[in-house]
Amino acid sequence: MSRKDVMVPFEHQQSAHCETGVISNLMRFHGLRVSEPMAFGIGSGLFYSHMPFLKMNGIPVTSYRILPGHIFKRFSRNVGVKMERASFRDQDQAMRALDDVLDQGLPVGMLTSVFYLPYLPKAFRFHFNAHNIVVFGRRGDEYLVSDPVMEATTTIHRTALVRARFAKGTPNTNGRMYYPTKVPIDADLKQAAAKGLRRVARDMSNTPLPMFGSKGITYLAHRLRNYERRLGSRRALLYVGNLIRMQEEIGTGGAGFRFMYAAFLQEAASLLNRPELREKAMEMTAIGDQWREFAFEAGRLVKGRAEAGSDLNTLADRLQRIGEQEQRFFKELARTSR
Amino acid sequence: MKKEEVPQDDANMLEGKFKVVKYALNEDGEYEKVPSVGWEPENVALQQAWSVINEQVAEARRKVEAGQCSTLAYHMEVNMMDPALLSKHAGVPARSVKRHLEPAEFAALDERTLQRYAEALQLTVAELKQLPA
Repeated sequence: MSRKDVMVPFEHQQSAHCETGVISNLMRFHGLRVSEPMAFGIGSGLFYSHMPFLKMNGIPVTSYRILPGHIFKRFSRNVGVKMERASFRDQDQAMRALDDVLDQGLPVGMLTSVFYLPYLPKAFRFHFNAHNIVVFGRRGDEYLVSDPVMEATTTIHRTALVRARFAKGTPNTNGRMYYPTKVPIDADLKQAAAKGLRRVARDMSNTPLPMFGSKGITYLAHRLRNYERRLGSRRALLYVGNLIRMQEEIGTGGAGFRFMYAAFLQEAASLLNRPELREKAMEMTAIGDQWREFAFEAGRLVKGRAEAGSDLNTLADRLQRIGEQEQRFFKELARTSR
Repeated sequence: MKKEEVPQDDANMLEGKFKVVKYALNEDGEYEKVPSVGWEPENVALQQAWSVINEQVAEARRKVEAGQCSTLAYHMEVNMMDPALLSKHAGVPARSVKRHLEPAEFAALDERTLQRYAEALQLTVAELKQLPA
């Protein structure tokens, strides 16, 4: 019954974000070197949405990126990577499938819930069911794990891994796993990066609904002004605290992925031989810095240590300015990237 | 954000287990990965989220002690679940879960259902029936 130990020679590199980190690490294993920001840019991961009607734990969802799993999908499509994906109803079957792929000498990416990953710090373990990790080996009942947000690799007991792979909620993780079956090591990254860039520029500047794209930022600014009246100050501050977390907590690389995107623009400038993208990278950096000032003021408000004159209205003013700048930024990027 | 501006506000959120990565500009104006132990606004927002959870757990404990709720209600809060999520994890219909939050209903549960709850909440049946000290 018990299988031989196996350890795939997998090079772990720490990343800011789980999904882009898994892409970068898996691609390197298969012979294609793509940095994390490049994976993010090619997968056109940057986005913005604020959805008052969609709540998690009673708080409206705000996101600085596209839906979980979609960065990987777009990346694979743009680069021509073929992926095998599977999800399971049966836990034993899911573990058998994992063991089979490991025995072939391949690392396996999978979806887990951070609540059930005992190696993560307690403070970060919420029911968040879209955390990506790579399993690259097995030693008895312990599995070897490359969790992209951690500095080093770690291990997890089989029982714990089963639990993390079969968490319920939004979404059910269903034992989902994936691994590349074909990675074109001579892929045309230029074309892929140009495509990814066009997509972000278009979606950020041109999504019709008010809550999506860079307009979503000014949409939230507008709503923020009414929070205190509508929600009372306690709930209003809970909503604001959640904005900080979505923007800065593990996984965004700072300023809600804006710095990671600036890093992509820098890389893309040389790759595509478009020096003006270096200037765009600096503009994005300046926007990212304003996101950080927003979080800083928000943090003071949440802590009850706001400076005189600072309130949800001044916070909304900041958001309004950021939104207007991002609208200009992405319109311009869309225009010059056709 | 410049490399030297990457915040290092340690509130022990990461328990010293690792540092997280931020992207920042180095001396040559190039982006690179820079480790960080945390940032004050992040820490504040996390603490805020935890204080809400801790309040809910304390409230559940008070209700159990007052005989208004079963111990299941307490363990559900500790696991940051609501009846809907617990229902999915335990495979017990959500309406039944709500009923089992009442002491009398919970006391009448059969071993099999207790086992399901215990498994879902990572407890033994004996632990499930008690409040921890």
